[in-house]
Amino acid sequence: MTATTTSVREQGPSRPPLASDGPTGPDGSRRPDRRPPAPASPRARLRALLLRHRADRRVWPLAVVALVLVPAAFLLPGAAGWPGSLAVDLSGPLGRAGDWIIDNRDHHPLFLYFFGHVSNAVVVSVRAVYVVLLAAGWTGVTALAGLVALRLAGVRLALTCVAAFAACGLLGMWVPTMQTLALMVVAVAASVVFGALLGLAAGMSDRADRALRPVLDTMQVLPAFAYLLPMVLVFGIGVPAAVLATVVYAAPPMARLTALGLREADAGVLEAAASLGATGRQRLLTARIPLARRQLMLGVNQAVMMALSMAVIASVIGAGGLGDRVYQALASVDVGAALAAGVPIVLLAVVLDRTADAAGDRLGAAPAPPSERHPLGRVFAGWYGWLLTLLAAVAVAVAGRMAGSALWPGSWTVPIAEPVNRAVAWMTDHLYSGVPVVGGTADWAARFTGWVLDPLRSGLQATPWWLLLALVGALGLLVGTWRTALTAVLALAAIGVLGVWEPSLDTLSQVLAAVAVTLVLGFAVAVGAARSARAQRLLRPVLDVCQTMPQFVYLIPVVALFGVGRAPAAAAAVVYALPAVVRITTEGLRGVDPAALESTRSLGATGTQQLRHVQLPLARPALLLAVNQAVVLVLAVVIIGGLVGGGALGYDVVLGLAQGDLATGLVAGAAIVCLGLVLDRVTQPAKEA
Amino acid sequence: MRIFPHHHRGPVRGRRVVAALAATSSLLALTACGAADMTRQSSPYAAARGAKTVTLSVQSWVGAQANTAVAAYLLEHELGYRVDTVQVDEVPAWDALSQGRVDAILEDWGHPEQEKRYVEGKKTITPGGDLGVTGHIGWFVPTYFAQEHPDVTDWKNLGKYADQLRTAESRGKGQLMDGSPSYVTNDKALVKNLGLDFEVVFAGSEAAQITQIRQFAKEHKPFLTYWYEPQWLFERVPMTEVKLPEYREGCDADPEKVDCAYPRTPLQKYLNTRFAEHGGKAASFLKKFHWTVADQNEVALMIAEDKLTPEQAARKWVERHEPVWKPWTR
Repeated sequence: MTATTTSVREQGPSRPPLASDGPTGPDGSRRPDRRPPAPASPRARLRALLLRHRADRRVWPLAVVALVLVPAAFLLPGAAGWPGSLAVDLSGPLGRAGDWIIDNRDHHPLFLYFFGHVSNAVVVSVRAVYVVLLAAGWTGVTALAGLVALRLAGVRLALTCVAAFAACGLLGMWVPTMQTLALMVVAVAASVVFGALLGLAAGMSDRADRALRPVLDTMQVLPAFAYLLPMVLVFGIGVPAAVLATVVYAAPPMARLTALGLREADAGVLEAAASLGATGRQRLLTARIPLARRQLMLGVNQAVMMALSMAVIASVIGAGGLGDRVYQALASVDVGAALAAGVPIVLLAVVLDRTADAAGDRLGAAPAPPSERHPLGRVFAGWYGWLLTLLAAVAVAVAGRMAGSALWPGSWTVPIAEPVNRAVAWMTDHLYSGVPVVGGTADWAARFTGWVLDPLRSGLQATPWWLLLALVGALGLLVGTWRTALTAVLALAAIGVLGVWEPSLDTLSQVLAAVAVTLVLGFAVAVGAARSARAQRLLRPVLDVCQTMPQFVYLIPVVALFGVGRAPAAAAAVVYALPAVVRITTEGLRGVDPAALESTRSLGATGTQQLRHVQLPLARPALLLAVNQAVVLVLAVVIIGGLVGGGALGYDVVLGLAQGDLATGLVAGAAIVCLGLVLDRVTQPAKEA
Repeated sequence: MRIFPHHHRGPVRGRRVVAALAATSSLLALTACGAADMTRQSSPYAAARGAKTVTLSVQSWVGAQANTAVAAYLLEHELGYRVDTVQVDEVPAWDALSQGRVDAILEDWGHPEQEKRYVEGKKTITPGGDLGVTGHIGWFVPTYFAQEHPDVTDWKNLGKYADQLRTAESRGKGQLMDGSPSYVTNDKALVKNLGLDFEVVFAGSEAAQITQIRQFAKEHKPFLTYWYEPQWLFERVPMTEVKLPEYREGCDADPEKVDCAYPRTPLQKYLNTRFAEHGGKAASFLKKFHWTVADQNEVALMIAEDKLTPEQAARKWVERHEPVWKPWTR
């Protein structure tokens, strides 16, 4: 969703997007002795922090809402729900648009001379990459990947890389992995080029930046399922539609980071370049772009991650490859087979991410003197190192072909499906019901639904629409400015106008509940992880897997554990959103000024006291960012919830795609975007004026 | 999501760059020469010598996987074709069939709107005859529950059991579980028009629905679900159909006013018109492809229960039933 969280990397202090998310320095004006008693739950504590921060100036809108509007709501019952007279029905025009495309796509010039060529270009490029990968054989591909990793990131990563590719082969997934890789290479290249061009425009001109921002927001928040359908109508099922949908999803982070990198270029360097008489273009090419290297690298990395997360979703429209294997395994309710296809996706993601990460760290770092380098590293240094890398890979590929094994040998596969299925069956049998003392997962799910989700949903749906608008406006004012408040109110109103008020509130209730659970768990884990470096190291692979494992893989286990409904939808969302919350919070807690901690320790504060009175207050910006990210990520998997009984908007989007119903799918997708806007604006880390 | 603060600096020199970008992109669009035929696009993964490639659409339920697996196996091993399969939902599959992205759909449960548009109107799709299997959708309760309460199999008595069929999701009523949004269903209208105190809960995908049914069966709990035959799950979780008011011709014409059972549908095959005319042996094979419920279930069970790959299951069936498939290949 946003450029900061889809990455599978630790949020290092040098991460530019984080630094730009608001003030990270401790706010010296708050003295611990003025603290109100801390509420019990982290969420409430957070709200308290939030309130206290702006309390002096900003409480009055909330006070107005509380004192005037809430009683009015009770005095004027029956005003819940959006009035039908204010809604617009879009099914007619959207349906007609769909029909027009179907009737015209075989002979209209727009298709013959534009879309057709786009589609052909995609097919040709994917095919070219795929043929090369197959020709290189498994030996060549593995060797090339290993050598490139060695060149960029060192021996350890090279070995990881080789092991990852070997694992893809061992799982019997070599050919699908190559298909996915071919699609990824083309999609990522297109995303990077497209994103860099947009980012260049936004980085160079303020007007372009303002114009592009809402476009990028929409591109990232619109659920992919919603725009798969228009893509399918125009391009038909298959690879072209899949690649273009992936580009829509993966280009925005590249664009944002490019713009950021260009804008954050060191003024001193630019001044120096200007004083030497460099023209604008020279300055761009010789100063601004090189200075933005790190951000560009990060952008490429983000594009890769986003593209991989689309690999499975794109299989719904016939993209083939690993995603298709996961999707077909889902049809025969075969968790093991889905996992066998999901693991290579995780491995690809982790390897690509780590390599890009290491390469990014090396950028700008002074090269180590030759004497201190690893002998292998010395061999592959410099531009001829690249040549050597390529030649070595080709040599291995040829050797592999001579040995007569282009495809991974069939006898070298390890069938994991069977044991995995047995393990999942055992787990669900034993946890579903009748666990002594705590009850089974089925009972938990029923309680969570009955005690949390239902009251939230009924509460929201029974609240008069104007009160909800006022509430959102007040919250927006509290954490932001008039402008954010207005955006939030308008976005909420748009939901009503689109005529999906009820299902949207249903979805909102699910999102809020899932976010609450995510934050409670995430903060608990992060507090533990921030205390010990070892815990962090152990957590990292777990978080990586949670973030990159295609959700389709764990749909069946969550249903088996929690039964069909909103509870498994929430569970799937928590799994997906937790890693980002843990990472950001851990980083925030660890980034607290050691001097402050040391001084409290010298005053005899216990660990808990330190956490409550020093670390949490000082890490406030990180905590707020974590809340914001939790909201955004939970919203991103609303669709997946629709596949396990979550209903509401997620189900509507899935239905739109399944029934070729453009109106239902797009309207529900637009409503999800609006919900995202509302939630983002009322949880945004406040910008200091 | 807005994650970056506004920056109010940066040169205004960008305008020229933007203009240049716009110019190049529009040039790129214009220089595409000649017309591209959107109806003849192949998969980039197809064989290099893709002259004899057949693409079959496969739907998300196992019965459809069984048809496709056997057809693909015979096309490859008996007729020497290369077969691609694409898994897509039914309506997008019709769309793909009309465009020639796939050559055949082997099991269609009746899509009148699409038939009118593509078969009668555009004539891009040609009927390929009966599959030989008759499909039927209905409401089912588990057999263990029907044996304890024999009267539950009449819809008039469902109200008595609404309490027992309640779940956390059914808003205090009885739960009627539906599955994937891509399937043909009148359940919402049926519940309303028959005046039943039930809530239709959509599992959202067949995988979720099957998983839930099996959990219920393990717990020996009662449930009421939308289901269909032929389906391999009956072999594992025996279910008994609940009688709905009898189906009469045209009683389901208006989706809002449906108050009768689902019809029995002889499942149909459909071919892309161009493929049907010029597809040679493959097209004539697919037109002749015709088998029974027992055949389909045999393959489906091997895929879903014994966890064989579709290809392995197809091979086993082909080895056992030569007299059935021999005529298709002539």
